[in-house]
Amino acid sequence: MQLTLWTYEGPPHVGAMRVATAMRGLHYVLHAPQGDTYADLLFTMIERRRERPPVTYSTFQARDLGGDTAELFQRSVREAYERFRPQAMIVGASCTAELIQDDPGGLAQALDLPIPVIPLELPSYQRKENWGAAETFYQLVRHLAKAPAAPRDSGARPCCNLLGPTALGFRHRDDVREVTELLALIGVDVHVVAPLGATPADLARLPGADFNVVLYPEVASLAARWLERTHRQPFVGVVPIGIGASTDFIHRVAELAGVNPAPALERIEWRARWYAQSVDSTYLTGKRVFVFGDATHAIAAARVASREMGFTVVGLGSYSREFARELREAATLYGVEPLITDDYLEVESRITEAHPELVLGTQMERHIAKRLGLPCAVISAPVHVQDFPARYSPQMGIEGANVMFDTWVHPLMMGLEEHLLTMFRDDFEFHAEAAPSHLGSAATALRAVPAADVPAMAPAVKAVPAAPIESPAVATAVPSSPIELGWAPEAEKELHKIPFFVRGKARRNTERYARDRGVATITVETLYDAKAHFSA
Amino acid sequence: MSQADTAVVAAPQLGSRGCAPAAAADHVLRERGQREVFCGLTGIVWLHRKIQDAFFLVVGSRTCAHLVQSAAGVMIFAEPRFGTAIIDERDLAGLADANAELDRVVGRLLERRPDIKLLFLVGSCPSEVIKLDLSRAAERLSAQFLPRVRVLNYSGSGIETTFTQGEDACLASLVPGLPAEPPGAADSLMVVGTLPDVVEDQFGRLLQVMGIERVAFLPARRAGSMPAVGPRTRLLLAQPFLADTARALEARGAQRLPAPFPFGDEGSTLWLQAAATAFGVDAQRFEAAVAAPRERARQALARQRAVLAGKRIFFFPDSQLEVPLARFAARELGMQLVEVGSPYLHRQHLAAEMALLPAGTLLSEGQDVERQLDRCRAARPDLVVCGLGLANPLEAEGIATKWSIELVFSPVHGYEQAGDLAALFARPLDRRTRLAA
Repeated sequence: MQLTLWTYEGPPHVGAMRVATAMRGLHYVLHAPQGDTYADLLFTMIERRRERPPVTYSTFQARDLGGDTAELFQRSVREAYERFRPQAMIVGASCTAELIQDDPGGLAQALDLPIPVIPLELPSYQRKENWGAAETFYQLVRHLAKAPAAPRDSGARPCCNLLGPTALGFRHRDDVREVTELLALIGVDVHVVAPLGATPADLARLPGADFNVVLYPEVASLAARWLERTHRQPFVGVVPIGIGASTDFIHRVAELAGVNPAPALERIEWRARWYAQSVDSTYLTGKRVFVFGDATHAIAAARVASREMGFTVVGLGSYSREFARELREAATLYGVEPLITDDYLEVESRITEAHPELVLGTQMERHIAKRLGLPCAVISAPVHVQDFPARYSPQMGIEGANVMFDTWVHPLMMGLEEHLLTMFRDDFEFHAEAAPSHLGSAATALRAVPAADVPAMAPAVKAVPAAPIESPAVATAVPSSPIELGWAPEAEKELHKIPFFVRGKARRNTERYARDRGVATITVETLYDAKAHFSA
Repeated sequence: MSQADTAVVAAPQLGSRGCAPAAAADHVLRERGQREVFCGLTGIVWLHRKIQDAFFLVVGSRTCAHLVQSAAGVMIFAEPRFGTAIIDERDLAGLADANAELDRVVGRLLERRPDIKLLFLVGSCPSEVIKLDLSRAAERLSAQFLPRVRVLNYSGSGIETTFTQGEDACLASLVPGLPAEPPGAADSLMVVGTLPDVVEDQFGRLLQVMGIERVAFLPARRAGSMPAVGPRTRLLLAQPFLADTARALEARGAQRLPAPFPFGDEGSTLWLQAAATAFGVDAQRFEAAVAAPRERARQALARQRAVLAGKRIFFFPDSQLEVPLARFAARELGMQLVEVGSPYLHRQHLAAEMALLPAGTLLSEGQDVERQLDRCRAARPDLVVCGLGLANPLEAEGIATKWSIELVFSPVHGYEQAGDLAALFARPLDRRTRLAA
């Protein structure tokens, strides 16, 4: 048993739902108890879908466990077929049904429906959501794309399939559009996009493309490898997230399509590249960034962070155990210890240790960063409703690079702004208790507490909304220094002039320096001696 | 032809404890089929906010963890007092091992969280199906951790409980451990069911003003201050989904005061009246206590009634609050009831409510969601109360919805909230008018 407060991934049948909901003309009958329909609202609320997911739940209850659960399941399959008339069905068990050992595949086959009925084996107690999506997509492709394609005209434009986008996928909707436009620029058509928007009949047409593009390896690797083996379709394994990766992607696509990539590459204007070169971005240089997410997005983000933004990657991790090898390889590029875990407490303590100035992660890291008072941007699922935006916001291709630049820099600008406000904290208009300036003199300003009144050993005054790193709210905070070490009021005051996002580190370094030298009271002098010592 | 069992039966005659003979609700449609409802684990989301030193440990699968996380939204991050011990393959291999694993997880948890005084081991579908005996585990762990921590067990599994029934199971598990009333104690009133603190305080003040001195609430806000129970205890149920809890309290000698539930002006008044009558509060004193809040509620309701009167409303089953809310919507807001679905109709606890429903109201118990959606589409109601899995799809079909979970999570009981409750129904309609303009 594993004590879990937060799970990065749902169970594997949720992955199957993501594939079924992405498609049209497919229905999923899930052998499951009452209550498992909670997953419907992930699609209707977080992704704001306009239809219910095409999933029927057998909804067995305790009184059914005596023995008619099999009959109940068959009835669900029959009624779902009669009501929805899908082109194909997938059937399987949720975690509880796996324990009662009905055989959904066999039970559904026995009904002899006039459509393909594909059984799914999704081991709920070993595997998770992304694996479930990958296995479901693979089984669908294997069952529906058996027939080889008719030979194509030699003069036809090259075409490829886009594999991997699903329902509840982070920015999948817009990535598909962006990559489609990128391919058009190279002179390559899109044959079938799957699972997103595809019907079972479309899956049967997959072998008709020249090659495949795997947009999301977590979902489409299995199916792409099967298509390569069975229909001799090569696939593009480069995920076009970031300028460099998009350029590599264009070269690889051009190679498989037999076209010259140069004209396309000349036409592209990488605005994100110029933005990163412009002088306003100089302050981004060497910013320490911690990256965590699914393997594909984390690896891609680390590359963008280090080579296209000029950050320093101080942490790289993923909850995708299936892609641990790829992530370890990537971590060696940045000389960091790879982190493969699905325990958010471990992620939290690694972030705390690394003292990043920016966290790139999931919804969970957003909350960790909030607790630590760090800027953060979201790069990967799981995400909340605000990361299924109304506006066009891909991560891939040309516009994806622009979106990422804005998204990542935004919290830092906010951070800098906050820092300026802190710098001018003792300013007559900007002190912490001052009313917003736009309210003018009508607002009653509270009396500001002069910084000199702060007791020497008090933790940092929270004049900024964000808690500084050494805030006692953080369970994993470094233990406070032994009692014989003190801060002179002037030194404490000086410390507060240091930007809040490095203040915690400055405090710790200074205290360590003082202890090593037996200094009992830290003065302004000690602070600057320590600074000189550690930056040497 | 569907084989889902459907039966239309006459509603049973109300027992002698009912307020009035059943002039209403003469149709109950019983259905079985696919249900679009939460399981009882969801109750953890509000229960853990109420009992401040309790921790809820679900013993279940990743699905359970995912559900609680999805339902709790962002609350998961504020050092939550709930979690899941996820069963894995190794636990399925042998039962003895699973118990040892559970002990290890609980030990680690209590080590990390010394503030916890009460630990609930919450059963789930997987734990029930593999017959992991959590009641014995709770006894074993209690023996180990008492007096610092008491360990209890209840089931919130979907195979046994629907949504708010999780609270019923939780409170029922508290009952055997409640202290006994001291001999010779005076009559006391126990208000049963989780209410937001603000609502609890309002009711407490009103009862105080009437002169009912000994009032306690179950659950209490802290594990150490749960109320005593005995033959002098009078129960006033604040929620309609507490069948097992009421039965367990009655088994310890307490007596339930039949009343409708405290929604709206009328419901709140009749509910308080039940207590006042039982405790011999004279009419004048009762009137003096409730006059001002009643007037406030009436004024607030009059504003909403202007928007809602004559509108046709359809309730999908969710929380068992549907019948009391339908009564409120019909009688105080002038709405017309198309269908009132509930996951479970407790005839005795709802007797006073049913008596107040308009004659001919169609009640349905249980669900076959596809067929219910067919009925809903055919009826084209003005407002549909339903869960989040159905709300946006119905909106996309042009049907206005009010998502039901908010009725469980928001302060809606009592006089001061009557206007807010009505506003929950009015807002979706108001919004449609604005967006169309």
